Amino acid sequence: MSTPIVVEGLTKRFGSFEAVTDVTFTAPAGAITALLGPSGSGKSTVLRMIAGLEEPTAGRIVMGDEELTVKSVQERRVGFVFQHYALFRHMTVADNVGFGLRVRKEDRAAREARVRELLELVHLEPFADRYPEQLSGGQRQRVALARALAPAPKVLLLDEPFGALDAKVRQDLRRWLDELHRELGVTSLLVTHDQEEALELANQIVVMHEGRIEQVGTPGEIYDQPATPFVAGFVGAANVLHGEVVGGHVHLGSIRIPGAAHLDEGAAAAAFVRPHDVHVASGDGDVAAVIQRVASLGWLSRVSLKLPGGETLVALVPNDELNGVGEGDTIQIDLRNPKAFLAPESATERADVSARTGT
Amino acid sequence: MSAVATPRVRGRGWLLASCLVWVGVLLLVPLVGIVITALKPGIHVVTETLRAPDVIHALELTAVITVISVVVTALFGVVVAWVLVRQRFWGRSLMNATVDLPFALSPVTVGLAALVLFGPGGWLAPFFEARGIQIIFALPSMVLVTIFICVPFTIREVVPVLEEIGLDEEDASRTLGASVWQTFFRVTLPNIRWALAYGVALTTARAIGEIGAVLIVSGLLQGKTETATLFIFRAYEERQIPAAYVVALLLAAVSVTLLVVIEFLRHRQERERTRT
Amino acid sequence: MSSAAQALGGRSRPWSSQRTTARLRHLALRGAAVVYLGLLVALPVIAVVTKGFGDGLGTFRDAMATPAAWAAVRLTLWTSTVAAGLNAVMGTLLAWVLVRYRFPGRRLLSTVVDLPLAIPTLVTGVMILALYGPNSIFGRFLDDLGIRVLFTPIAIVIALCTVTLPLVVRNVQPVLQELDTAEEEAAATLGAGPRTTFRRVVFPAIRSAVVAGTLLTFSRCLGEIGSVILVAGNIPRKTLTAPVFIFQLTSQFKPAEAAAVATLLFAISFVLVLVTSRLIARNEAST
Repeated sequence: MSTPIVVEGLTKRFGSFEAVTDVTFTAPAGAITALLGPSGSGKSTVLRMIAGLEEPTAGRIVMGDEELTVKSVQERRVGFVFQHYALFRHMTVADNVGFGLRVRKEDRAAREARVRELLELVHLEPFADRYPEQLSGGQRQRVALARALAPAPKVLLLDEPFGALDAKVRQDLRRWLDELHRELGVTSLLVTHDQEEALELANQIVVMHEGRIEQVGTPGEIYDQPATPFVAGFVGAANVLHGEVVGGHVHLGSIRIPGAAHLDEGAAAAAFVRPHDVHVASGDGDVAAVIQRVASLGWLSRVSLKLPGGETLVALVPNDELNGVGEGDTIQIDLRNPKAFLAPESATERADVSARTGT
Repeated sequence: MSAVATPRVRGRGWLLASCLVWVGVLLLVPLVGIVITALKPGIHVVTETLRAPDVIHALELTAVITVISVVVTALFGVVVAWVLVRQRFWGRSLMNATVDLPFALSPVTVGLAALVLFGPGGWLAPFFEARGIQIIFALPSMVLVTIFICVPFTIREVVPVLEEIGLDEEDASRTLGASVWQTFFRVTLPNIRWALAYGVALTTARAIGEIGAVLIVSGLLQGKTETATLFIFRAYEERQIPAAYVVALLLAAVSVTLLVVIEFLRHRQERERTRT
Repeated sequence: MSSAAQALGGRSRPWSSQRTTARLRHLALRGAAVVYLGLLVALPVIAVVTKGFGDGLGTFRDAMATPAAWAAVRLTLWTSTVAAGLNAVMGTLLAWVLVRYRFPGRRLLSTVVDLPLAIPTLVTGVMILALYGPNSIFGRFLDDLGIRVLFTPIAIVIALCTVTLPLVVRNVQPVLQELDTAEEEAAATLGAGPRTTFRRVVFPAIRSAVVAGTLLTFSRCLGEIGSVILVAGNIPRKTLTAPVFIFQLTSQFKPAEAAAVATLLFAISFVLVLVTSRLIARNEAST
């Protein structure tokens, strides 16, 4: 029923600009794979190449045992959901959903039955005779999904499907898509820039940056074991501390951060520590820090800290760990689970990382 | 949204009045004038005129030219609009500018151009003379000049709609398995239909009213190459005033009908634009 | 492996022929557009311009040598200017009234404004004849006052104003519609009266539309013949406009001279169009 998608060496050049470079990965059958990255990372281009809406400059795409690369859009039989719905404004909801079947000259009764089935699936049966302009954003996207699923595609491609929707609607639809996927089990490829969405929905995440793959893995792997500084900074919040590698540690003033054994001695390195991995030490900790600001978020607080060397850290600390310390106080903190990488080479990369981690 | 002028703005009444006077004096009063003048000699003059073979022929000729012009400009208009919006190529802005050329030319210049091309000693004259095809002072040249003049209407209406709608719906259609032609007829065409209809209505009105160019290329052969407008012109020059007025009134009536259609289509097109 | 090969040889065509078909279709459409515009629009324009300068500037000079020619061009220029100016003002006012006011008959007014788009220009001329001619009440009334309209430049200006009435209105109306009245309300709260508000807040926003509409009107007036030819009298050096003059020249089998005058008119229009588009582009860039 569902098939895996294999992408090999996919490259796309627009004139002299290379949007996608040598992208290779496998989207397992029946799973949701997220293509995650900032805008301009090439993820939408990869999706459109898989759909056949763009021609690759190089590489191949294989679905199951079918070579897709040579096929036209129509022949690929993929379901595609657009960020701005792309519903046919002159057709009713029912006609929209039935379009793919109509075009393949399916028998009318069968078509109508299938349309009804899908409208029930997306809970929009009463809207069958309405026009897209009469629906809300969330409803329109559900129609778009029903329309894409109607011809029973083996693969479902979603291009930032919730990007145009309000936060609340986005949450609801995310949950709903999850349930739908569990029910249908169609191989799905989801493009998103929202890492929370990727972590929540996907079985596998492909992190992309500037046209290349940074890392492929499960949400857990991506989050806990980032392979590159970009992934560490992009997925989940992170503090970045820059220092030098000495004896397997990153040295930064008087701070010694472990986990740099794999890096060359003397190299400039960046250590990433997640805010919830910054703990208040009982007794002596890794380093002393001055509390600049405490913002209570309910049962935990976001604490801005300043290190002896002037660097700033953001920590998420459960309130009971704080024990009444406030602004201006000095506390001992432990830095747990640090990830050390070679410091980003170029100044722009550094700025990029800093901007995203707020450091 | 537009605001309603508040009552304390005293100039409002004057403003409205001056606009009404301007429109009234220039358009409404003359319109009434022509109705009265044409009908004054009596209804029998009207029916007699409209039954005269010359007049019938003139009306038929106008109809033929108009239909051909509308069909040609609508068909090619869609093609040009498509190419301008969906394709990128060297010379695109030149093509864009060419579309607007007919608006920059006087109709007499267009007639003159046809004369230069097809008239005695014209550039293309030998080619057609050799084949015994009469272009100038015959129907073909009249159709050609009318088409020239009507080229921009459909294109200028369809282009902005094509641009605004964008590619998404067409992409979606292809992913659902529709071929290029199916996509065009089921998705693109319905999206441009009101703009196209509006352009066609404008073309129709313009083609019916064409005078400057056909004055030059028709040769004014009474009963053979005389359109409705040319008939009015000749009738007036030959002092057949009542006949001229009757046919003028007929054309005015047709135009007013066309105007109502145009307004309806424009309203529809506006509504389309604000959809979603 | 074998099923992939099957898939290749079976239903789908190789990628290159897929692309070729699409490319061919693209080129065919483009070719059709080029042929259509090239033959039907570009060729005639080239023909006229070439004929006008065919034998070099000599033809042009000869054609313009007669005093009637220059007088015709001058007459056309000044009557077009007056008509364009009048319509610039009234057209803007009409647009304002149609967009901002609510009154019974507004829709009707909007429709009537568009009448010149539908009505043959010759019929407009006939209407003017009917109204101002000796056989009408109004015509006789004006005669009694000693005002002669027909066969004077006044008739020409009236004709031009009538046929170009909608142009400025339709150019300005959409821009006015899009304007956010919040700015005007802000000006009012700061103490600006309606005229000041219009001058300082509204007009700058619609200025380029007004200018574009006016230039379009002017360009249209330069070439107008249908409404003018019956009402002007076509007296050389008095009420003979350039387009009518061109027509007369062709009737006299002087196509080269006609082409010269026509090219002059075209050149003026062309320059205007260039100026307009640059103005619009510059305006859009600065906002």
